[in-house]
Amino acid sequence: MTGFPRARTAAVGAATFGLGECPGYTALEMTARAAHLALDDAGLPLDAVDGLFVALPDDYLGGLAFAEYLGIAPRITDNNRTGGSSFLCHAIHAALALDAGLIDVALIAYGSNQRTASGGLVSALKSSVYEQPHGAMMPVGGYALAAARHMHDHGTTREDLAQVALSARAWANLNPEAFRRGPMSLDEVLGARMISSPLTARDCCLVTDGAAAVVMTRADRARDTRAPVPLLGGAQTVTHKEIAAMPDLTVTGAARTGPEAMGQAGITPRDVDCLQLYDAFTINTILFLEDLGFCAKGEGGGFVSSGAIAPGGSLPVNTNGGGLSCCHPGMYGLFTMVESIRQLRGEAGERQLEAPEIAVSHGNGGVLSSQATLVFGTSATV
Amino acid sequence: MPDLGPEARYLGYLAEGRFMLQRGPETGQAVFPPRLRAPGGQAPLEDWQEMSGRGTVHSVTLQHRRDGPPRVIALIDLAEGGRMLSRLTGAGAEDIAIGAPVRARIAREAEVPHVVFEPEGEAP
Repeated sequence: MTGFPRARTAAVGAATFGLGECPGYTALEMTARAAHLALDDAGLPLDAVDGLFVALPDDYLGGLAFAEYLGIAPRITDNNRTGGSSFLCHAIHAALALDAGLIDVALIAYGSNQRTASGGLVSALKSSVYEQPHGAMMPVGGYALAAARHMHDHGTTREDLAQVALSARAWANLNPEAFRRGPMSLDEVLGARMISSPLTARDCCLVTDGAAAVVMTRADRARDTRAPVPLLGGAQTVTHKEIAAMPDLTVTGAARTGPEAMGQAGITPRDVDCLQLYDAFTINTILFLEDLGFCAKGEGGGFVSSGAIAPGGSLPVNTNGGGLSCCHPGMYGLFTMVESIRQLRGEAGERQLEAPEIAVSHGNGGVLSSQATLVFGTSATV
Repeated sequence: MPDLGPEARYLGYLAEGRFMLQRGPETGQAVFPPRLRAPGGQAPLEDWQEMSGRGTVHSVTLQHRRDGPPRVIALIDLAEGGRMLSRLTGAGAEDIAIGAPVRARIAREAEVPHVVFEPEGEAP
């Protein structure tokens, strides 16, 4: 796949706000606060933003509401919603628009107060007339069906799934921003309340508040900013909406977006220093490790149980603690981008990896329906 | 029912107690859910046929509820082709495994008629 403007754009600002619980703020206010912080981080004024990319959890016209709230009139407003992967898709679209000269500064933002406002996961997922009458709990049911099939086909175990949660918690314990910290045992995960077999409550992401924002600009302008992080590649796809239509329950669209994005970047999985992926459920991590090419299909369970993705392992995954232990404000994708940027800039505090040069962010939407992969680098990789 | 879209036609058949799906002219396989043309293809789907109701469990999850027994949610591969999400009911439903044979039953008591499945061997 050619055509992606490799390293011709860069993330130049990144921020989070209100992770965990953020009472007293609306989702829009949280989104705006994250945007202000990201622009400050980039050293760019609000009125420089002419590309607005947003997918609010509870507002289908959020692109309009956010432009009004900020008081700007963007040249491009992208309200694309592919679920939790939306923001990685936004970054791809932003890179194309920036490179074409349609815009100069792109702002990608998200915020949700779902935990303090409603106490539950706010999901845009609506069942069809074919799925709805069965009363299935979704999205967890879709992931559970994929997990059950993966266990059947590849011998993946409940313990393998649990290791994903334990690794995420171990990383979260190094991140003061993470909502769930503290010790976690294998027995705690295995013995947690069963939600949708084989997934227990500890196999499921958190329900938190949280906001994030990323600012992008062209490489020429990025050079004048504090710490630009070049975008080397990006690819996205949609394979289905409802789980019954997933072509193969054990193979996601990441099997396409991973190789495409890494091909654009001119790298292979061996070159990746850290991976930030959308772990809505523990099975996600196993599926994406396989599909993105970090291990063979069917070997994801053994890979995570070897300790490879935990602190000290060969492939640091979700170094912020992920959706399982850091935060999950409904659509988590943007947080995978923020963590890649922080790691590449060397701003990750106690969890900082030693001089990483390539970070991959991977987003997921729906029930393994939409997949999007970004490859970020350092100036040395351009 | 020439003036109905595929979804209304499917639901209309179910309301009459008939489990009907279209067959793809190129693959010969049943298509679920009903559509105007074969998924990803050009061929119009005009050939509605009654399903045998036989199927196999492709995957299954027990969804635990505070107010009752687990709900058994499964993906069923129909004998004629097509995969659908459904619910398993009847004796042995909670113990069913991937690969097990099942048989369809039309549940018409709900607001929207729909197809549920029971373990094969139980009374239909």
